[in-house]
Amino acid sequence: MNPAGSIKFLYAAYIATWLIHGLYIGSLIRRYSRLRERKKDLGK
Amino acid sequence: MKRAFPILAAVTALLLAYAFYEAIWVAPMERTMGDVQRIFYYHVPSAWTAFLLFFVNLIASVIYLVRRNAKADAVALVTGEVGVVFCTVVLVTGPIWARPVWGIWWTWDIRLTTTLVLWLIYVSYLVLRRFSESSQTPKLAAVLAIFGALDVPLVYFSIWFFRTQHPQPVIGGGGSIDPRMLHVLLLNWLAFSCFALLVSWARYRLEMFKREVEEAEALESLLVAGSGAQISKTQIPLSREPQ
Repeated sequence: MNPAGSIKFLYAAYIATWLIHGLYIGSLIRRYSRLRERKKDLGK
Repeated sequence: MKRAFPILAAVTALLLAYAFYEAIWVAPMERTMGDVQRIFYYHVPSAWTAFLLFFVNLIASVIYLVRRNAKADAVALVTGEVGVVFCTVVLVTGPIWARPVWGIWWTWDIRLTTTLVLWLIYVSYLVLRRFSESSQTPKLAAVLAIFGALDVPLVYFSIWFFRTQHPQPVIGGGGSIDPRMLHVLLLNWLAFSCFALLVSWARYRLEMFKREVEEAEALESLLVAGSGAQISKTQIPLSREPQ
């Protein structure tokens, strides 16, 4: 194994981890925005 | 409670940053694998956190089946969803570690296969909850969650009882680890557990808000359709923001 070559796998794993969490948090924000819109429409 | 959320968010951010620093710069380098071994500091705590969330999902599902408690049902849904996110991290970081170390991305090893099955069970749990319109959905989902939870000990103990390509457990089960590595591992687990709590809390608030909006929408439909035409829309109880 080439330790210098393996560093890119370390970066890939850490980036993938935060990408997955980021996408999930983004989906929560989108769902919250949609619900706020629905709530606003109810008042009309 | 409203002030506790930003405090937890700040503590979690600091913990995650410190745990990242320790994982990259402080933990000693493993002799044979080199830097790629540091994936372990994200992979293992994510797995433990997913197991913890699935355990809470099991408890909440049992409470729901016994008491028909709506909050327990919401907790079950939230922990199932966040648990799937952490399990996804495990299934993505594992092959990224395996490629340089084993020379392959994936093998149908018992630990890997049972983890994939666990992920599929909880994804099916979420699909059931998302698309089923039946009033029986929470009950069916709770039963499915109990079956899903049975796979957790199978995943965890598979490397104790079967011959496997996966590394042996670092705590118990005959495995050993440098104390400095163990410190960084536990620190990352603490950070990811706080992060899971924070995200679950946000998701729980979102779920309660969603139920409140759906209730108000149903009530409005009734008012519009039926005799409630004379009742003002302002009487619809929709004053609360999510807690």
